[in-house]
Parts: sequence; C-alpha cells; structure tokens
Amino acid sequence: MIKVLKHGFYSTIQDLGRFGVQEFGVPYSGAMDPQALKLANALLGNDENSAVLEMTMVGAQLEFQCDTFICISGASMQPKVNRKKVPTYKLLKINAGDILSFSAPKIGFRTYLAVKGGFQGEVVLGSRSMYLGVTPSAVIKNGDELSIHTYIDNNFNHHAVLKVNHEYFNKTELLVNKGPEFDLLSKAQQKKLTSFEFSISSHNNRMAYQLEELLENSLEAIITSPVLPGTVQLTPSGKLIVLMRDCQTTGGYPRVLQLKSSSIELLSQKYTGQTCNFKLDH
Amino acid sequence: MSFKLSYKSFGEQAILVEWPKQILETILEDVLGFKEKINVSDVENIQEVRSAYQSLLIVFNDTISFETEVVVLKSIYNSEEIVSEIKSNIWRVPVCYDDVFGLDLNDLSETKNLSKSEIVKRHTQVLYTVYFIGFLPGFLYLGGLDETLSTPRKAMPRMVIEKGAVAIGGNQTGIYPSQSPGGWNIIGQTPVDFFNPNLKPPCFAKSGDRIQFYGVSLKEYNDIKILVDAEVYQIESEVRHD
Repeated sequence: MIKVLKHGFYSTIQDLGRFGVQEFGVPYSGAMDPQALKLANALLGNDENSAVLEMTMVGAQLEFQCDTFICISGASMQPKVNRKKVPTYKLLKINAGDILSFSAPKIGFRTYLAVKGGFQGEVVLGSRSMYLGVTPSAVIKNGDELSIHTYIDNNFNHHAVLKVNHEYFNKTELLVNKGPEFDLLSKAQQKKLTSFEFSISSHNNRMAYQLEELLENSLEAIITSPVLPGTVQLTPSGKLIVLMRDCQTTGGYPRVLQLKSSSIELLSQKYTGQTCNFKLDH
Repeated sequence: MSFKLSYKSFGEQAILVEWPKQILETILEDVLGFKEKINVSDVENIQEVRSAYQSLLIVFNDTISFETEVVVLKSIYNSEEIVSEIKSNIWRVPVCYDDVFGLDLNDLSETKNLSKSEIVKRHTQVLYTVYFIGFLPGFLYLGGLDETLSTPRKAMPRMVIEKGAVAIGGNQTGIYPSQSPGGWNIIGQTPVDFFNPNLKPPCFAKSGDRIQFYGVSLKEYNDIKILVDAEVYQIESEVRHD
C-alpha cells in the first residue's frame, strides 16, 4: 500500500489505455507519455501495460507501507526518498516507511512512478486508467491508499539503469500527417499551419491542448465524425485544438492535421507558454 | 451498395471512409453494412471499427501501408457476400416529463404555443434512430425529432445537467448519460442508465437501433429507479424487422 500525503497538482493512475470501447463513446485514456511508462516498466521487469502513477506539473508526496522496487521516469521533478535525492530511470529499492517526494519539474511536464508489479486497483473495461464516470475515482486525493504488492528480493538486480536521451523534452518540431479536412484549407492556410511557431495556451490538460495563436478560417463545421488522440481541430473562430488521450471519440470541427504518436508524447511534456511548430511528414 | 466512398489516411494507423455529406438512414444502413462486412472478414491487425453519421473509422493495431489496406477495404465493400441481416433492437425508454424534471417544458410550451401534453405526445410518438454514440460515454446521437419541437440551444448553458436528463438541442433530442454541463433544453428525466461501465456492453443501445420514449409518472419513475440502481431493471425491447 502507498499512502498519499500530498496529491500534487494532478495525479492519476494510468496504463496504456482502454481499447475497443470507443464505439460506446469511451475515450482511450492512458499515459500521456507512453514511452516514459514503457521504459519504467521495462526497468522493473513489469508487463508493458502495468499501471503507473502519472503526475503533472507538481509531484505528489507518498508514504510506502511495504517494501518494493520503484522506477521514476518522464519529467525530472527532482525526486527524493526520505529527503535524499534519487535518480530517474534507475531501479530503486524502497523500504516500508520510506517517503518519496517531488518538486516542480526542471524539464518536462509529466513524471511517472512505476512500482514492481504495477499499481493494482479495479480494471474497468480492460484498463486501470482513471477517467471520470468510468473508474470509481478520477484523480488521486490526499489520504488515498493506493494498492501495490509487497516485493522483497535481496537478489533483485537494482543496479539496472537506463541512459535516456532527454533531448525529446527540448524538441519543438511536431511531426504531423494531413488530417481528413486538410485539403479544404487554402494553400496559404496550409503553408501557415505547417510552418508557423505557436505557443501552448493555459487551456491544456489530458483532454486537449489549445493553441494561443489563431489561424484565419472560413471552414464550416463538419458532420460529426470520429476523432483520435493527436487530431488537430480548427474551430470557426480560428482556434486550433490538439486532442490528447482523454479526448472525446467524435467531433464536429474540421480535422486539419494528425500528430504522429511520437509527437503526441513530445507535446504531452510541454506546458503553457512553450512554443512548437508542426512539420508535415512525407 | 452503390455509394461513392472516399478513403482517407487518418494518422499512422487509421483509415477514414466517408459517404456523401448527408444525414440519411440509407447512408447509415450502408455504413453499418460495411462495418459488419469488415468485422466478419479475415482482415487481421484491426483494433476497432467505429461509425458516425456518414463515416467509418478503421483503426489498426500498428502502422499500416495506406495504399495496401485501401485495396483490401475496397474489395470488402464491393464483395457480393451477403452479410446476415444485422440484428437491431427497438428500446422502450421510460421518461418522466413531470415539472420536477422538465425544467424547460414551460418555456417550450409558451414559445411554441403548444400544451405541455402536446409536446410530450410529439416527443413520444417517434421511433428515433440511433446513428452512433459519442460526445460522452453512452451519449446517443438520435435522428427523427419532430420538426415542430426543434429548439435552439440555450444562450447560457447550465453548469450542471443531471444524469438521465432528456433534452432538445437544435433539431436533435438526447439523453445525458452522466452529469455534465450543457446547453440543451431539458424536458424530462429517464431513470434508465445509458452508460454503466460494470455491464457488458456498457451501453445497451448501438448504432442502427431504435429508441422510443414513453411517459411515466413520478411514482413509476421512482419505482424503476430503485430497480436500475440495483442493476436488475430489464429495459423493454423487441427485435426490429423491416
């Protein structure tokens, strides 16, 4: 068991997501940066889809009530065990009573905590990923007790460490494909969309990232049709919305671009005010 | 099947098929027929096939070659194979149109110069078509609202609309499957769950089904609600034959 002393800014349990139920209007959900989740699980020898704790912007403070091994990945939130700094992307041994704490991220936006065997808790429609109205709770709160297995193994190789290229936190180029309505844009709009530098507005969350700059637009709404994480929608006011993992399954705005999955991960580690640009991948 | 379809690449692992830009039952039937043909085909590597008014999204398990898969999909669409008739249901959904729930019923009655019972009559006499589910888990896009009941969305959306609220927005009617903000005009409330993640499937209705509402009293509403909350309520239904 892990006791939540402080829940941080926005912390949720996530695995790789919920598949095959989108026809009932259920979002995919799942880790915003699945690459970080997979690396942490790999270091622990976990199943790739084991559930982790995703922490956004400000990390949590957690008290372990059992022995286990953990691995921290994603944004660097200066993790400490019992107030002593510990590295990320490294297997760490944890004893019952240890307190794990985080600060604001130095680089990146979302940090992942994986534990040996994965976070337990109810599997709903094939996934443990939290989502309002689907799972019993939608976000971690102070005082919550998160179920994990005790793991004691003195022979467990806890020297495993991964040298991770943090370069992706600094990348600003998002690789995209044309969306279904891209060809309805004028040549000038297409050119602007795939070259201009935009900044991320304060309206960014697991559902969508809105961009600050407007793209002058005369496209009408479309007949409601499927959308995906990574779909870039263009609203009548010219606002661009990049859909993320918790997005709705259908939408009525023209879908002008589609982010490649590696670029969704990249964007999910960005925050308000940071700048990016779209680049068409041929 | 005789529609001219367009096939578009949608990201690295999905293909979007589009029918003419119209909301029509003949198109819906063709969309669902194609969906069924894909589902019974031996194409591997498909994660899901989901439909909307005039589009079908085929999502694959990993990156695909668009050109290769389109050839396969086109041959499936054009194949002569007759798919067994898709089984669709008519669901009879109880709705309490009492003033306790029908928050906008009085306003509608005044602006339309129709009595409340006439509005209820026109809302319950239609067999609505379920086009697809989207917006929220378990939110049905229904076609068939009586034109005289069409009402613009409210200028100021409500911050909270209760789960089960039956409402009219523009020329659509729908049921809020969970608590949500919203701008539709509320005319009643159903005790029936349109989304329950503990049930299989989590939503009883699917694309191509029909929904008919019928009015119940406040007492009947409460009686049904008790059964629904205990997860033992059996919604009235029959298999649909054309």
